[in-house]
Order: sequence, then C-alpha cells, then structure tokens
Amino acid sequence: MRGAVSALRCIDPGPLATIQDRGRVGWQRFGVSVAGAMDPVGLAAANLLAGNAPDAAAIEVTIYGGTWEAAAESVRIAVAGAAFSPAIDGQPVALHRAHTLKRGQKLTLGAATDAARGYIAVSGGFDLEPVLGSASTHLRSRLGSLDGGALRAGQDVPLKLDAAPAGPDMALDPSLLPASPPRFRAIPGPQDDAFTREGIETLFSGDYVITAEADRMGMRLSGPKVAHAGGYNIISDGIAPGSIQVPGAGQPIVLFADRQTTGGYPKIATVISADLGFLARCRPGATVRFERTDLAGAAAARRALAEKLARLQASLAPARASVSLDSAHLLAHNLVDGVTDALAEP
Amino acid sequence: MTRADFRLLAAGDTALTVELGDAVDPKINAQVLALDKALSEAKLAGIVETVPTYRSLQVHFDPDVLDADTLRRTVERLAADLDDQPPPGRLWTVPVAYGGEHGIDLDSVAERTGLTTEQVIARHLGGDYRVYMIGFQPGFTYLGGLDPKLHLPRRETPRLKTPAGTISVGGIQAAVASIEAPSGWHLLGRTPVRAFDPGRADPFLFRAGDRIRFERIAHDDYTRLAADASWLPKCEAP
Repeated sequence: MRGAVSALRCIDPGPLATIQDRGRVGWQRFGVSVAGAMDPVGLAAANLLAGNAPDAAAIEVTIYGGTWEAAAESVRIAVAGAAFSPAIDGQPVALHRAHTLKRGQKLTLGAATDAARGYIAVSGGFDLEPVLGSASTHLRSRLGSLDGGALRAGQDVPLKLDAAPAGPDMALDPSLLPASPPRFRAIPGPQDDAFTREGIETLFSGDYVITAEADRMGMRLSGPKVAHAGGYNIISDGIAPGSIQVPGAGQPIVLFADRQTTGGYPKIATVISADLGFLARCRPGATVRFERTDLAGAAAARRALAEKLARLQASLAPARASVSLDSAHLLAHNLVDGVTDALAEP
Repeated sequence: MTRADFRLLAAGDTALTVELGDAVDPKINAQVLALDKALSEAKLAGIVETVPTYRSLQVHFDPDVLDADTLRRTVERLAADLDDQPPPGRLWTVPVAYGGEHGIDLDSVAERTGLTTEQVIARHLGGDYRVYMIGFQPGFTYLGGLDPKLHLPRRETPRLKTPAGTISVGGIQAAVASIEAPSGWHLLGRTPVRAFDPGRADPFLFRAGDRIRFERIAHDDYTRLAADASWLPKCEAP
C-alpha cells in the first residue's frame, strides 16, 4: 500500500511528458531558460475545463498522450491542445470535456493527428514544489518540479486534492477553440539587417517544411535558402520567444520555450506571441508559411486571441452526459458524443 | 557620463533589444549594465525581465500592460546618457585546479600558443576578469579580460559534455561553467565553485559586473572543496 499521497500515476508517458506552466520567468539574466507550455492556448483550455487558472501547471504530452491512472479517491481530469482519442479503461470517451476518474481507473490518450502536443490538467491542480518560481520542466538543464526530468512510467504526479471537487464535469464548445492562422505572422528583427532584402522576402514568401529536428527548444525548417548580407556570426545576445535564427546554411530555426537565453546567430524575424503556440502545434513534415507583420498587427492578433479565449471560457457548461462511467448506456452516449465532437473540430 | 549610440531592435511583440555597440568591449558592456540599472530604477509596470549581454540589453515586456512605444520612449530617454565606467563590482576569488584530468586542453593550448604549460597558467591567473554576462546555461559565466596571448579559435569539434566547474577559454573570452554542458572551448582547469546551485538561498553566485580573480589550487584541494556542499569562495564587497 502506498502512502496517503493522492496522485495521477504515469503508466505510460508517451514519447515525452513533462510538467509545464507559464514558465520560469525572471531568471534569464542568469542563463535560465524560461521553458513553460509550448501551446499556451492548449494549456489554458485544459485548465479551464478543470476549473483552474489558465496557466496552472499541467502535463504536456507529445504526439500521443500515454496512459494515466487515478491514484486518489477520484480525480477530475481534462485534456486539450490536441485531439487525442481518449478512452477510460478502454472505453472511448468524449473530447472537449472533463472526466472524473475513480481510483484505479486509467485514462489512455491515443495518437493525435491534429497537433504535436496536448495538456492534461486536473481539478485543484498538481501539488508541485516550484523551482525558481515555476514547476516547468527544462530538460537540458534538468530544472523543474519533481526531478526536473521527463515523466517516467510508474512515476506519481502528486495532486492537491484527494478527490474531485463537488459539481459536474464541465465541457466547452469545440467550435470556439481558437484555430491556427493560415500563415504565421512575424515581425522583422532584431537582426534583419544581417540579411539581404531578397533573403527577407524569401522567408516571407517561401514554403518551409518542418524537419524531424523539432523539439521544445527549436524547430529546424527546410526550404528556400535565406541569404545573409554578410557573415552569420554575431556577438551573442538575448533570444526572444519565437526568434527565427538563420545559421550559415540559410535554413531557419524557430526558437521556442526551451531555447537558450543567449545565442550568436542572427535572428531575421520573430513570430508574434499570438501565433507562436499555434506554430508549436505543427508536426514534422508539415509545411508552414510566414507573413510579415508589425507591432500593430501583433497587438490586434493578441487582442483577437484573448477575445476568442474569453468566448471559449464563456462556453463552459456542465457536460451533457453526467457521468456514471459504469453505465453502459452512458458509455454509448459518450462514444457518440466523441465522434460528433471530433467532426466538429475546426 | 557619455552619450551612448544605441539602436532599438524589435524582437517580436514581447521583447525589445537595445543594442549599445557592436563589440565585446568593457565600456559598451558597462553601458549595458548602466541601462539595466536605470531601467530597473524606473520601475516601469509591464517589464517582465531584462537580460544584459555583451553589448545589448534585451527587455521582455507584457504588451497587455506596457505598450512598445512607451517602452521605446523610456529607453531612449535613459539610454541617451549612460555611464561607460564599469561598476565597482564584487571581487570573487575563484580557485582552479589546472591541467591533468581537470584541464585536458592545457598541453594543447601551450603548444598552440608557444608557451609552456606553467606560462599558460600564469597568464590565465594574471587576467583581471570582469563578468560580462551570464547565459547559455544557468550560471554559465562569460568573462572579459583574458590575456591576448591566450586568444585562440574554438576547437574544430565541440565536446558534447564538459564537466560542471570547467574553466575554459575560447576566442577572446574566458568562462566559468556551472553545470555539465557541451563546449567548443579549451579546458584549462576546474573549480569547485558552484556558480549555480538551485538549493542555495541565492542560487547564482555571480552577477554581470562582478570581478573575478583566479587562484591556483592543488588537485587534492579541488577534491576536498568540491565535496563540501556548503563551501563558498571568498567575495569582497566593492
């Protein structure tokens, strides 16, 4: 018999499962990477369903979501960000809603076809000791709650609550989930002057394929070569989220949450904050395009995204089938519900 | 005080890079630190964090609280008049065990510079170092002030792993490594100093602007000090 600690137990973490919240803010001046959720909209949606603050710590899973067991009296659990095919003890259940697991029940998240990453949130939150103000895992420096590493099979992620809070499992309207922009908008700079005019045009007109070298740190792209104006080494300086750096070979690399704080390749442009999480959803092999914008364009996009998230939050309502998962009738209902919702996915 | 030449460079909609020069230079770095201090004292709501580097300051901000134009105007005002004299800075004495297993490139550095290994050590010890920036890894400390005789290009093939506490030189720079990391620099020795220790009240020992003096220790002393988790190097207030 284990101790009294209530937990979500990792049975199978999938290819990569890590704890992520908004990130480790305020320590970049000491070389500490921010880390944090790659897709803040996905993190927020999972947390909204769980009744948490939008940037509360959740489990970020990659490509497929693995299997997770309730090692507590009960756990209300919510998944968002990618349309994994969820099942509880082998029975398919609906997307876009929370589910309450009883002790010993297992949630399995199959492969997602629509996004690279998803988020598992629990009502009341995970009980994690922050490191430098954040629970987020940064794999390269092994910083984060628990041991700062990827979650492993058999590992328990402690919960704040011993049982799901009273009240119904909530659902949100999937038609209101913010969708990816057709082109990822970026502001030229900080080192756009290290490139020729044609090089900048190339970036904003070319089709780029995401290579297999894509992780939480960066996404290496393959496509038309971006021409430098001169050399391709600069004196190392700070790296903002979404920086598109271009090493000597002219193939861009977009830098994400786990990026180093400083670096010495010129950065031609920076993907705007509203679009970066959507770019992070894209998987190797996908083709992406960039579009030039400016600060005003970025501000408008940020406002629009915030409004969409507010509408999504307003759509929260008790899930239609409220929930005795033991009931064959309700299981059948959930199965149908799942199919409908999957079709409604934008 | 001197009028700084600076450029404001957009780094997306949540960061602004203020570039104060295009060289690794103590006066430019001093201006970076002076701007960082001035901006901190201005207490502008919406600044999330600042990252001083060799010749620029990156300002991360929350565009929902602080609009980029207000930030730019504030920076323009503050950057117009910056002190280019380095701050006095704290002086740290950092012990180093040179050569052997702790400094596997000492012999090759001697060969490439035409010095004896003892001369390499003497020149490394003789530097008057200042912390220009911390980056790359938690607590990885970039130093200016390396003896020009020890300026060498990087290794052609970087090493995938170098130990925590590695003391190295690369180009015109010297460094104190904090945690195990890949490196293309030349490894001269190792220090028991933990520049980064997440369990310590102040996890980071060094700040940009601090001064560092190296002190040679025997390999046995390295082993003894490295085993003492509470040991801290000597630090003199400015």
